[in-house]
Amino acid sequence: MEYTILILLLPFLSFLLLGIAGKWFSHRAAGLIGTCCLAVVTILSYMTAYDFFTMPRTAEGVIEAMPPVVNFTWLPFFAEGLKFEMGILLDPISVMMLIVISTVSFMVHIYSFGYMHGERGFQRYYAFLSLFTMSMLGLVVATNIFQMYLFWELVGVSSYLLIGFYYTSPAAIAASKKAFIVTRFADMFFLIGILIYGYYCGTFSFDFAGEARGFAAGGFMLPTALLLMFIGGAGKSAMFPLHIWLPDAMEGPTPVSALIHAATMVVAGVFQIARLFPLWIQYAPDTLHIVAWVGAFTAFYAASVACVQSDIKRVLAFSTISQIAFMMVALGVCTEITTGHEHPGSLGYMASMFHLFTHAMFKALLFLGAGCIIHAVHSNEMSAMGGLRKYMPITHITFLIACLAISGIPPFSGFFSKDEILTACFAYSPAMGWIMTAIAGMTAFYMFRLYYGIFWGTENKQLHAEHTPHEAPLTMTVPLMVLALITIFCGWALNFGSYVSADGRDYQIHLDWSVAGTSIVVAIVAIALATFIYARDKQPVADKLASQFSSLHKWAYHRFYMDEVYQFITHRIIFAHISKPIAWFDRHVVDGFFNFLAWGTNALGFEIRGLQSGSVQKYAFVFLLGALLLLFIMII
Amino acid sequence: MIHLEYILIISAIMMFAGVYGFLTRKSTLAILLSIELMLNSTDINFAAFNRMLYPDGHEGYFFALFSIAISAAESAIAIAIMINIYRMLKDISVGKLEKMKW
Repeated sequence: MEYTILILLLPFLSFLLLGIAGKWFSHRAAGLIGTCCLAVVTILSYMTAYDFFTMPRTAEGVIEAMPPVVNFTWLPFFAEGLKFEMGILLDPISVMMLIVISTVSFMVHIYSFGYMHGERGFQRYYAFLSLFTMSMLGLVVATNIFQMYLFWELVGVSSYLLIGFYYTSPAAIAASKKAFIVTRFADMFFLIGILIYGYYCGTFSFDFAGEARGFAAGGFMLPTALLLMFIGGAGKSAMFPLHIWLPDAMEGPTPVSALIHAATMVVAGVFQIARLFPLWIQYAPDTLHIVAWVGAFTAFYAASVACVQSDIKRVLAFSTISQIAFMMVALGVCTEITTGHEHPGSLGYMASMFHLFTHAMFKALLFLGAGCIIHAVHSNEMSAMGGLRKYMPITHITFLIACLAISGIPPFSGFFSKDEILTACFAYSPAMGWIMTAIAGMTAFYMFRLYYGIFWGTENKQLHAEHTPHEAPLTMTVPLMVLALITIFCGWALNFGSYVSADGRDYQIHLDWSVAGTSIVVAIVAIALATFIYARDKQPVADKLASQFSSLHKWAYHRFYMDEVYQFITHRIIFAHISKPIAWFDRHVVDGFFNFLAWGTNALGFEIRGLQSGSVQKYAFVFLLGALLLLFIMII
Repeated sequence: MIHLEYILIISAIMMFAGVYGFLTRKSTLAILLSIELMLNSTDINFAAFNRMLYPDGHEGYFFALFSIAISAAESAIAIAIMINIYRMLKDISVGKLEKMKW
């Protein structure tokens, strides 16, 4: 399957072409180049998936990872032992990610035709989209952790570039810098983790079976390294307390939010844990449970903030954080790799990947739908919306489908994946199971609060009279419909467990009705509550609740002041007490020393410059004196 | 018979006259003449040493000839430069050439 290299090369070439020669293309041509490349990449990804999953399994029914399709040694550091390789690794999760990334990216490419129509820097936008797609695809097919890190940073850069796409808006610039700095800060831990891992285990490879001796030698340092790598993943995946960049990242164009900050890049942290899962489960199961609790807290925190936000993209951003936290929890509650059980200890792995897959589809759908709405009313605020269902029927229906999916209503895809996560949580501990069920209920509540706020509720008649909302053009609605179809069908029509599971065996997904029933009831109650509070024109209950618990409401609205906490820590403590003294030392001692040297040289030169009179006769006189002196010495 | 010492005295006088002129005269042309004077004094020395000490050889004469040729070329260049300087500054005294310092 050597053609998989094209999956990486095509977007890269498209990036180079559009990035270097973009200004000579018309908008239309630039968009078509990017989209056609992505169409080919999507087709190739599906071919790869078909070829990969139809390969014969081993005798135990295990889907084995292929030996790297392409592999070359990039940096041979030592004659033997540690070296950096680059290559393409195909195994169930990387192939699954190829499908997710190329599908969503393709949809976003098509959608952007309509959304970015006539925008300045259209070519640049498509160039960056291609760069992002290339880096994300490179990340998932990495054969070793170092290659993963390389593309990880590339993904961060392209995210930075795309958040700051509207570079004339100060908010976008601030958001892009924030995203870059926060994720870079987390990536520092990732890098330290990689170095510890490489130093103690002597390998960077993902070939865990072949390198088993090295891992045993790692001893205590291995869980440490994994935890440090998780901090890197938490930064990218916006886990508490490193989540602060994601809501601000919504300053970027909405299709970018759909692609990067909902479907693909932010799940990189989940993917990283899944990639190193055999190590976690075998050498650091206790550390893995830390991941679960971090995830559970993040899920709760983000869900509670999402309940009171008024900017629709912010609601979706916090919902993304919450859903990614669900995936983290699912990975974190795994206890062992066993088979034969009804609910094996590594069920969470499959559930997490499944949720990643379904979430990417319906969250991209939600963001693209939000993009259509913003396109129609030219505002992100819910106060500018309300009653939009009459104007935008397609967006309305697809948005509703996505809301039902994320709330966990059968037969939409989110139900199946979330149910597997909850089953895995209950298998780990009933407390975790109930917590996550409650958070799933909150999810349903805030999603339907959002849905009613946009499509029902009080219509902003004054605003709509000035500018009648209209349905988006076909380039924008077709991706919505495609993603809605995927959301409807991929839950029950696709037997995800038989392709992706922790040990590679065929796992038949079966619903545990005690869990599924509870979660459906909770979701329906939450939706009914949201309907009761928000579906009407006036919202007396909501207003009353808000005034009753005004301080809580205020805290949640300001995201529990996490940004202010960061502001305080960075400005008042780090900048004032660490950076400032260092800056003083640099300016006065280090700079002072060199300034003194320069000043001394200058002053000396000023003093003796009179000797350089430029008059040849004076030089000749000195020369003559010198010659006479030499003569005198020689005579004596 | 003319002794070597007489010739050397003449050439030493020429030499130091040249040095003195080189150091004191302000006109570039006079400085050039001083240089020629010094060169010619060495030419006399070449010829005299050859004639008096090594009558069989001819190296000294040839050196003198070379030196004369080179000094002729050098004078040509120096005068060309002076003409240019004169065109620019309407003067060729060294005191006015300070412009070239910076």
